[in-house]
Amino acid sequence: MSEAVSALKGESHAGFATVTEAGLSGMVTLRADLSATATRIALAGQGLKLPGPREIVAGEKGRFTAWMSPDELLVICSYDEAPAVAAGIAHSLHTEHVLVTNVSDARARFTIAGAKADQVLMKLCPVDFAALKPGEMRRTRAAQVAAAIWRSGPEELSLVCFRSVAAYVMGLLEVSARPGGELS
Amino acid sequence: MLTLTCPCCGVTVEETELAPGGEAHLKRFGPGASDADFETYMFARKNPKGVHFERWRHAYGCGKWFLAARCTVTWEVFGTYPAQTSEPPAELIAKIKEKRPGWEGWK
Repeated sequence: MSEAVSALKGESHAGFATVTEAGLSGMVTLRADLSATATRIALAGQGLKLPGPREIVAGEKGRFTAWMSPDELLVICSYDEAPAVAAGIAHSLHTEHVLVTNVSDARARFTIAGAKADQVLMKLCPVDFAALKPGEMRRTRAAQVAAAIWRSGPEELSLVCFRSVAAYVMGLLEVSARPGGELS
Repeated sequence: MLTLTCPCCGVTVEETELAPGGEAHLKRFGPGASDADFETYMFARKNPKGVHFERWRHAYGCGKWFLAARCTVTWEVFGTYPAQTSEPPAELIAKIKEKRPGWEGWK
């Protein structure tokens, strides 16, 4: 078995905020009827909760469920757990019309940490960060590529994007976080 | 800058997160239609100075299509609504008529 590595192997840059590629991260995408009881039961079987529109909610074992669109959820867990989580949800919903896929190897995850972490992303995303609440998943763009952003802790934002554009996003974040580039 | 509220995910986004889809509420003329009808369906578009109904896709967000009514002169947005409808909602039409008394209607 080959050794799994993340897109940028944990590359990190310290500017006025610290931007880090978060390493291997498990992600499972689920497209289903989110109002169906079966969906709720399938998530509960993996220790997950069903989020409301644009929410990201914590489940058991450090897992999260994020609302991505009216028929799509993203489950975030550890990399090693992802195949089992995907298989568990798929098994629970095998009689329903759903799509469950382990997309861990198709994504990259970044963290932006520091008191001025918001300012790194303010320059890249058309988002009102003052209105971005903890527990909200905001899908948007980072410069020219699709991204999703949420507040993963006090003074920390997380960003997920496609793995194929990870180096581009790291470049954006690194330049945006350089000392002297603060907005206030 | 045009900002629209996506009715599918409820977030207010600006134009660069959206993909334009042209005029809304077109009637399709497919196989079996007359050449004149098909040509009109393919090429003839309204180009109003005033109220216009448009299709937009929340491309960098939830990915869903929705419809919007706005003024092409002032860029005032009258409202957005889900795409699963064949005509604009009655309350939106009433709102536009109130703001634009001389408006000839959406058809």
